Amino acid sequence: MKKVIILGATSGIALEVQRQLARRACELLLVARSPQRLSDLQSDLLVRGAPQVSTYSADLASIQQHAAIFEFARHTFPDFDTVLLAYGSMHDQKHSETSVDVLLEELQVNFVSATAILTLFAADLERRRTGCLAAITSVAGDRGRRSNYVYGSSKGALSLFLQGLRSRLHPAGVRVITIKPGPVQTPMTDHLPNAPHFADPQRVARDIVRALERRAPDVLYTPKIWRYIMAAVQQIPETISKRLSF
Amino acid sequence: MSGQSAAILRKKTAAPQLTKRILSWGRYPKTAHRRVHRPAWNDQLPEILSAAEPGSLLPYGLGRSYGDSCLNDRRELIDCRRLNRILGFDESTGMLRCESGVSLSDILDIFLPKGWFLPVTPGTRFVTVGGAIANDVHGKNHHCAGTFGTHVRQIGLHRSNDGLVICNSEENSDMLHATIGGLGLTGVIAWADIQLKRIAGPWIDAESIPFESLNAFLDLSGASNDRFEYTVAWLDCFAGKNPRGIFFRGNHAADRGKEVHAKRGLKLPVALPGWMLNRYSVKAFNTVYYKIHAARKGAAVVPYDSFFYPLDSIRQWNLLYGKQGFLQYQCVIPETNVEAVEEVLDRIARSGMGSFLGVLKQFGSAPTAGMLSFPRPGLTLALDFAMRGERTLRLMQSLDEIVRQSGGALYPAKDARMSPALFEASFPRWRGFVPYIDPKMSSSFWRRVTGAQGPQPL
Repeated sequence: MKKVIILGATSGIALEVQRQLARRACELLLVARSPQRLSDLQSDLLVRGAPQVSTYSADLASIQQHAAIFEFARHTFPDFDTVLLAYGSMHDQKHSETSVDVLLEELQVNFVSATAILTLFAADLERRRTGCLAAITSVAGDRGRRSNYVYGSSKGALSLFLQGLRSRLHPAGVRVITIKPGPVQTPMTDHLPNAPHFADPQRVARDIVRALERRAPDVLYTPKIWRYIMAAVQQIPETISKRLSF
Repeated sequence: MSGQSAAILRKKTAAPQLTKRILSWGRYPKTAHRRVHRPAWNDQLPEILSAAEPGSLLPYGLGRSYGDSCLNDRRELIDCRRLNRILGFDESTGMLRCESGVSLSDILDIFLPKGWFLPVTPGTRFVTVGGAIANDVHGKNHHCAGTFGTHVRQIGLHRSNDGLVICNSEENSDMLHATIGGLGLTGVIAWADIQLKRIAGPWIDAESIPFESLNAFLDLSGASNDRFEYTVAWLDCFAGKNPRGIFFRGNHAADRGKEVHAKRGLKLPVALPGWMLNRYSVKAFNTVYYKIHAARKGAAVVPYDSFFYPLDSIRQWNLLYGKQGFLQYQCVIPETNVEAVEEVLDRIARSGMGSFLGVLKQFGSAPTAGMLSFPRPGLTLALDFAMRGERTLRLMQSLDEIVRQSGGALYPAKDARMSPALFEASFPRWRGFVPYIDPKMSSSFWRRVTGAQGPQPL
């Protein structure tokens, strides 16, 4: 892992992943909306050890901008080896139940735009028969739950997409990693009631970087305990599950 | 449901939720905050500041202030820890620009391998740059380097009424002067330029020398301050008027070419039961500590972290003092009144309530960097007291009297209880500072010592 492209570089988890990659002297290309935030990140990561940090300001939720993002990436890093998709949106569930606009925006950001941009990068890696494609989905995608099934289904659909993509790219030797974090202390989850007890983003980032470096696993649960929790949750029969308010 | 319980329920849901999660390092006083903002980017601060009610906000860092100067009971905090980016570094001059939530620990991790060190460091590396400026912290090199604020060349300060204000020695120098040691009340520091210091490597040529009286300490300190960059003494506060202690002094060593691996040893997981620290266990600890160091006296080359941050190797050592927490008493007493130091020590020894963290240091005479900076020429003494209710507070009040009569002062960063009168005596210029306070800012400490209430937000 030498040249890493981060889609959604200003997201809470991405911030920590980037620092750890900088310490490992990876070259980075950061994509996010705000030019000011990108420039602050760039100086930070350069001081922390990244030999090169390029930035590109674009709205990843807007598919029209994807071609330009991809062109810039190929131009800057013709031989990039890792892509990490780290952006996402979590609206208040109640909001997306009452407003179709909010619902569609959630699906657009977390699923539609994510699959669109991954498809561009997948083709390039498949052609070069190398590299690794990783995306952050969520444990919320493992089971539809009353309290956040809109966010959950957008991330669950992305996990399913990655599963198929993994199989498609396997013959070309391209890795596809599905990253499923439990709740993490980031700006995205600050409004949730139990936020202080959520996982430390540094710890989650450590797991992610380790997964990017090694050959395994295909699906990363982080912190690890979520693998077991979700295995159990998935076993709950529907007749019981539909009565649970969690 | 009876009418009464329905009313209680209604009242409960109507009251805003208070979080009891945030405490200061002393875990006293217990506070509850209405809201904690957690901005991740500087560009979010203007909105937080403009949306707030007057007197409702206070920036918060790593919470290493001991008392209530970092707290804002029943009001709001801006947790700055996510504002932790290095914005620039000049390899040739050592000038660092960073956001206010960057910790000194982070700076050491990044810049020590490049041959740069903090110009001034307090006894823990787990404070933010914002906190180091707001409390104008000092270290073992105060006699030759002054305070942390002395090395701050420029800051960008978010103010609720005039946006981002650039402060340096030419532009808004008075606001810079107010913000250094300004207890977070002048606004939120967006970034600061700090002059780091070139060093050969992470090693310290250290020496420890036992002493058995205050005069012996003064002789040692006087003889060492020219030749040693770092000096400080540990004190056995059970020894009374003629305190015994260990004098530590050191200089940066020429490079030994080895890498220092930070060892983060123990962590105290929960608060210990309060009875474990009593006059017998602490007295025994102090005797053993003295004997060990007296036996090991002499010179040695030691890693910087064991020299500067011995307590950082026990994470959350504040939990030693149990659920009720503890208070620290740090005063400075002019050198013309050395008897006052003896009197303070004598009174503590007689009370039997002292603890194992007695620290004594002779401040230098460098001009202060901030309007409300604590360090001034004299002897500074810092001691911990487990919180045991009224009798602890009464002992500290009796110490206040000695400090006040000697013309001394107490350190706000360590304080949870000084009276408005003692604050006035310690910082006679505080009224001149008031015009620099951001109208949206306030703190538990400030309301306590000045009686300033501001609009009641609840």
